[in-house]
Amino acid sequence: MSSVLNKIWTALRGGVREMGDAIVDSNGVSIFEQEIVDAKASIGQAKHNLTEVMARKMQAERKVSTLVEEIRSHETYASKALDQSDETLALEVAGKIATLENDKAEQDAIVARLTGQVEQLKAHIKKAEKLIADHERELSIVRTTESVQKATEQVVENVASNSSTLNSARESLERIKARQEMKQDQMEAGELLEKEMSGNDLDSKLESAGIKGESASAADILARIKAAKQ
Amino acid sequence: MTQIQELTYQLGQMNYEGHTFDCLPIHGEQEVLQVIVSELDAMPIFVTITDTQILCITYLCKQTEIQPERTAELNKTMLELNVAMPLSSFAIVEDYYVVFGAMATSSSFNDVCKELITLASNACDALEAIENYLV
Repeated sequence: MSSVLNKIWTALRGGVREMGDAIVDSNGVSIFEQEIVDAKASIGQAKHNLTEVMARKMQAERKVSTLVEEIRSHETYASKALDQSDETLALEVAGKIATLENDKAEQDAIVARLTGQVEQLKAHIKKAEKLIADHERELSIVRTTESVQKATEQVVENVASNSSTLNSARESLERIKARQEMKQDQMEAGELLEKEMSGNDLDSKLESAGIKGESASAADILARIKAAKQ
Repeated sequence: MTQIQELTYQLGQMNYEGHTFDCLPIHGEQEVLQVIVSELDAMPIFVTITDTQILCITYLCKQTEIQPERTAELNKTMLELNVAMPLSSFAIVEDYYVVFGAMATSSSFNDVCKELITLASNACDALEAIENYLV
């Protein structure tokens, strides 16, 4: 992770435009891509070996348990020979047991060795899988950097050539402000309208309640004029 | 159908929280989709899909549009604001200051819509915030 970020960092400081170049070897192949391919191949091989080793281990373990049984039954035979006071036969059986125990020790050693190999292979697979995951993430950092650069270049080119929009900050700001003003105006207009509507509504209520009305009657006017004359 | 094409098709008929999306594919080596969110049309968004991410970028301004003596101050302010800005971050790509959102390619279409609207709003806000730094 840090290695690839470092490379990109250095490339940026150095003004490199094509980010991919920062991690590509002389053959033009991404180092990470090649390592991922290699790691995947090595996992395949290791898995194949693992099944083989595990099969051999199971075989050896089976042999061990057979030998254990044989030893046990020969011990019974020896014991029976002793019961019959046949020392010679008992000794012969004991000799057989010794051979069997040697065989068992041999097979135990094989099982132990194969167990070690299984552990090793599993560790190797785990390590390769981690390497792949790391490299794939690193590769994605590089690819993303490249994609973003390319996308930006295309956007800029496209803006120059046709209708696509990439305004200056000032132009965008004006647009934002115009939209905000428009919204504000709309809101105010809405409020005004509402006020008028509700105002009219109130007037009509007052009128119908006889509290407020413009309709002065002829009698009222005459009374006012008469009052003024006096 | 590429993911961009699919997105174009889906966005074209979407109405998300009252917003619609005006899409314009930009062809080239890298597939890019320009998306203009209704009501937030001052800041078009450019969507790129990579192996692992859906990248949504708005170009805030060119670096040359910033008062040179205040660049360092602006950069620091942007870093300080970064975490608080929902779903988007500040960055520099080539000559541009950008606001962008990055999503997993497994994100749902609704998440993408939400991202686009949030990003456009953030970009408009951000532009107003940097107004004093413009030349």
